[in-house]
Amino acid sequence: MKPPLFRYQAPKTLKEAVIALASDPDAMVLAGGQSLLPALNFRLASPSLLVDIQHIDELKGISIAHGQIIVKAMTRHRELELDERVRQANPLIAETMAHVAHIPIRNRGTVVGSLCHADGAAEVPLVLILLGGSVVVEGPSGRREIEADKFFRFHLSTARRRDEIAVEARFPVLPAGSGWAFDELTRRHGDYAIAGVGAVVRLDAGGHANDIRLAACGVASRPIRLLEAEKLLSGTALGEAELKAAGKAAADLVSAPDDMHATNAYRRRVVAALVRRMVAKAAARARTRQ
Amino acid sequence: MTSRRLKRRFAETAEDPTLQVSLTVNGELIERTASVRMLLSDFLRHELGLTGTHVGCEHGICGCCTVLIDGKAARSCLTLVAQADGTEVTTIEALAAEDGKLHPIQQAFKESHALQCGYCTPGMIMNIFGRFNEPEPLDLSDQGIRTMLSGNLCRCTGYVNIVAAVRRAAQLLGRV
Ligand SMILES: Cc1cc2nc3c(=O)[nH]c(=O)nc-3n(C[C@H](O)[C@H](O)[C@H](O)COP(=O)(O)OP(=O)(O)OC[C@H]3O[C@@H](n4cnc5c(N)ncnc54)[C@H](O)[C@@H]3O)c2cc1C
Ligand code: FES
Ligand code: FES
Repeated sequence: MKPPLFRYQAPKTLKEAVIALASDPDAMVLAGGQSLLPALNFRLASPSLLVDIQHIDELKGISIAHGQIIVKAMTRHRELELDERVRQANPLIAETMAHVAHIPIRNRGTVVGSLCHADGAAEVPLVLILLGGSVVVEGPSGRREIEADKFFRFHLSTARRRDEIAVEARFPVLPAGSGWAFDELTRRHGDYAIAGVGAVVRLDAGGHANDIRLAACGVASRPIRLLEAEKLLSGTALGEAELKAAGKAAADLVSAPDDMHATNAYRRRVVAALVRRMVAKAAARARTRQ
Repeated sequence: MTSRRLKRRFAETAEDPTLQVSLTVNGELIERTASVRMLLSDFLRHELGLTGTHVGCEHGICGCCTVLIDGKAARSCLTLVAQADGTEVTTIEALAAEDGKLHPIQQAFKESHALQCGYCTPGMIMNIFGRFNEPEPLDLSDQGIRTMLSGNLCRCTGYVNIVAAVRRAAQLLGRV
């Protein structure tokens, strides 16, 4: 239960960090360490070199510009959760962040680290998928931006190449007049979700959904958009029958097998219920924001 | 004599890279050479003898290793001492006054009988201490306190008295 041997570097600039990471095929980035340290202590990971990015000033801070909330790599979960500008620009983010682990872990763990770790049950990846955000990575061959739906490949696997550092994540602000909601089922607050669902809903003057986005975590090998459920709800007044049908369509997208936390059948029921509740909650909020 | 097989399996001290760290622990500047893979929890306990910081699981689940890093509650088992270089660390030893007078949070735990073996207590108290230091409003409903404590496990007492202690501490500190 102690980390294995590794070398350690803590560069001050992104350029040096990129060179260090590329210098060794078994090097890994260390951000907040809230997923990597448990993996090291369990000896599930054995990097030969850790490149600690915490002292790189250009990887710090949150800014909002051109409809995007830009979260630099060393931004801790708790920083994003408590940022007043972010609460104004996109209240879905703070509401969801409160479900990520516990405060002492949110004080250290980073938002971008959670995206790179890409646990299929994690909340932050769901938010990125739901809002249609992106991750910007930089490696020896330059910088590129990867859309959320191309970034997450599988549980713990992303489109980031091994020698690339994720420098920032971009979360769109909440579209004007939209309502939002997120909730998840866990056995204890702060656990990874057995299933979680997020919704963003906009209504037209007649109360029909003219823009609706739904996503889920904990139900597949990566966070997923619930496209079939969105289609069934789009253009409707979100009545009981439509919500029920959408819940069922969402349940059909649950591919997670039975595990020690829940069976597939149970997760299907949880997702269906969460879809109904989150759409209703987001729609109610949309009505007050119109 | 070390056999060749043993040699291959166990690292020589010389293979274990070290670095110079300089951090403030409970107000005192500490400068040491430490292994780069040394956990902050082990540094506090084994190098500094500050055994009030407990270690239960070493993977972030139990919370009994919680300390403050730059004023914020953090798991010392999920932090390398190398990552704490240049920071200010506060452990449970810093809470009571020099003359032994308990900190209000400790006093509240004592009054409320919120501990039995006491193994989880330093982590509980440091977590609450960190949370109370934040300007964010506190939710002192049972559910709110339980959420605050969700990252700290106690295997002895049950949580009823611990929840009461947190509420009492908030009173003693004028946070209600
Ligand atoms: C008890 C406990 C409960 C938790 N509960 C939850 C939960 O409910 N929901 C949840 O979402 N998470 C949970 N987590 C995980 C937590 O959110 C982590 O903070 C997060 O997953 C990783 O962020 P980090 O900065 O700590 O990354 P690290 O642990 O430092 O790194 C994680 C991985 O990502 C890579 N990486 C990190 N940053 C970068 C970067 N900028 N560029 C390239 N690669 C990078 C690392 O190489 C490593 O492979 C929990 C953790 C613990 C210990
Ligand atoms: S020892 Fe650190 S959380 Fe259990
Ligand atoms: S008092 Fe014994 S573990 Fe909490």
